[in-house]
Amino acid sequence: MDEARRPLIEIAGVSKHFGEGEARVDALRDIDLTVRRGEVVALLGPSGSGKTTLLNVIGCIIAPTVGRVTLDGELVYDNRALRGDLRRLRLDKIGFIFQFHNLLPFLNARDNVALVLTLAGRSSAEAQERALELLDYLEVGHRKDAMPAVLSGGEAQRVAIARALANSPRIILADEPTAALDSKRAGIVMDLLRKLAAEHDACIVAVTHDEKIYDRFDRLFHLRDGVLEDQEEEAT
Amino acid sequence: MNLAYRDVRHNLFRFVLTCLGLSLLMAVVLAMIGIYNGLVADALNIVKAPQADLWVVESGTQGPFAEASKIPGSTRDAVARLHGVAEAGSITYQTVEARHAGDTLRLYVIGYEPGRPGGPQAIAEGRGITQTHFELVADRQTGLVVGDRIRLGRNSFAVVGLVEDTMNSGGDPAAFITLPNAQILQSQLAPPAQRIQTARGAGLLESADTVAAVIARLEPAADPLGVATTVRQWKHLGALTQAEQEAILIGSVVDRAKRQIGLFLGILLTVSAVVIALIIYTMTMEKLKQIATLKLIGAPDRTIVSLIVQQSLALGMVGWSFGLILILLVKDYFPRRVVLEPVNAAALGGIIIVVCIVASGLGVRAALKVDPATAIGG
Ligand SMILES: Nc1ncnc2c1ncn2[C@@H]1O[C@H](COP(=O)(O)OP(=O)(O)OP(=O)(O)O)[C@@H](O)[C@H]1O
Ligand SMILES: [Mg+2]
Repeated sequence: MDEARRPLIEIAGVSKHFGEGEARVDALRDIDLTVRRGEVVALLGPSGSGKTTLLNVIGCIIAPTVGRVTLDGELVYDNRALRGDLRRLRLDKIGFIFQFHNLLPFLNARDNVALVLTLAGRSSAEAQERALELLDYLEVGHRKDAMPAVLSGGEAQRVAIARALANSPRIILADEPTAALDSKRAGIVMDLLRKLAAEHDACIVAVTHDEKIYDRFDRLFHLRDGVLEDQEEEAT
Repeated sequence: MNLAYRDVRHNLFRFVLTCLGLSLLMAVVLAMIGIYNGLVADALNIVKAPQADLWVVESGTQGPFAEASKIPGSTRDAVARLHGVAEAGSITYQTVEARHAGDTLRLYVIGYEPGRPGGPQAIAEGRGITQTHFELVADRQTGLVVGDRIRLGRNSFAVVGLVEDTMNSGGDPAAFITLPNAQILQSQLAPPAQRIQTARGAGLLESADTVAAVIARLEPAADPLGVATTVRQWKHLGALTQAEQEAILIGSVVDRAKRQIGLFLGILLTVSAVVIALIIYTMTMEKLKQIATLKLIGAPDRTIVSLIVQQSLALGMVGWSFGLILILLVKDYFPRRVVLEPVNAAALGGIIIVVCIVASGLGVRAALKVDPATAIGG
């Protein structure tokens, strides 16, 4: 297979339901989805359609009821969890960006980023240095000592992105990353994510409601009642 | 980087406030232990003060502290003549209410024979009793100072010296006077019926020269148990060794106070444990979303568990130290003596560590159960 087009995310026949009987909710129905290196794709769909659930399945936060999940060539689920240490997998391969930045409130910007580096086994000095590099790269280096509570929405989101990128993950998952930002800043953040994906050979899957940034994605996936309806190729 | 420390620093004010609250609780627990120790120490002080080897008391009683004991004054000569006895002295004890500086003052009056065993040990201020008439050495707790005069019965006594830490198990400070003065006081304060009898001349023998006990110091080679056996053979007399006397005092007089305080201490410790557990549990619950985030970014359980356990230990230890400092600062203002041994503080510290670890177990359980997905929301 062409190395440059190697798939990073392969979802095959994935279904997920919550509850049983009367209370049963089919959040995902027979999803097939492949995302390749360098691709930036969007998950769209009305509220309750299963976007977050799909993102969580890709991020190994919840297990699918049936189906196969392969991440960066490693089969993680095949109707059951195959890997014991999913947290380590997340630490090494997956970066999360949340709708609300979810920075730890008791650590300053730099330490929020350095934490994931030390968790991955870097020395403290190394982690601090790389954290600062990343913050500089995202143009929030001057706010390195600020606590999350005093950061502006855009600054906090960029720190969160720096954290998501710290361990050079192959897969970046973002749940409404721009919801807290105005459209100008949303555009800036998306351009940045595109640039990062290109530079790191990573892929990005982002849930969004924001029509103004649709043109920043390579492909748009529509979810409706847990079914992946159609795929649009975005001409970029 | 240490997450527990960072989180504490971020919420420093709240953490310190919580520690302060906890330290007040710890201070109360320590005070309780100290009061108990003080009670035992004070009770024993009175028994230890005469530096006796043997107590000769009324037979069939456990006098003179646990029960009333009355023996003829002439007993002292008989005891002093016994083989193995180095010196002996008569002694009386009575609780007297006096008025001083507009206040009622309860005194534990000890009558003794100057020059014989039973008098005050270390004079802290002033001098001991030298004259036979109406001089008094008081415990500093009475509030009396050298040069004061105080009325006991129908006579006025001059305060010539002060001692420290001498009181009965009820906390009444001691006052030493001579035996003859004490006997006069006894007759003046006796119940009216007995006074009438005394005035008529009846029971003269009993009221004129009775004492509570005779205390004896033995020669170094003498065996206290042997001498005690000899004394017990005499009619109307019993004998207790110093060790027996101390055991009786702790057993009878202090025992109830001990159980009372012990029970209270148990309740306090339980309350403290519950409070600590609650604080730590809510502390963790408030952090659940952050803990979910930690899991989401890949932090292992070890990181999360140590965050919770370290914080709860820090809380317990800071609370304990503040409490200890607090009680050391205020212990001298307590009406009764508060005696804290290092081993007491250490024991409480140990208990607190265990409570904190157990309490953080609850928090840890909740934290490990939390779904990383809750960090995402929406
Ligand atoms: N843990 C859960 N237990 C039960 N039902 C759930 C759970 N998580 C999601 N669901 C249900 O699954 C469906 C899909 O939820 P999901 O969160 O994926 O929607 P979404 O597309 O992200 O919606 P939104 O745009 O509002 O974020 C919903 O009907 C939701 O109620
Ligand atoms: Mg959602």
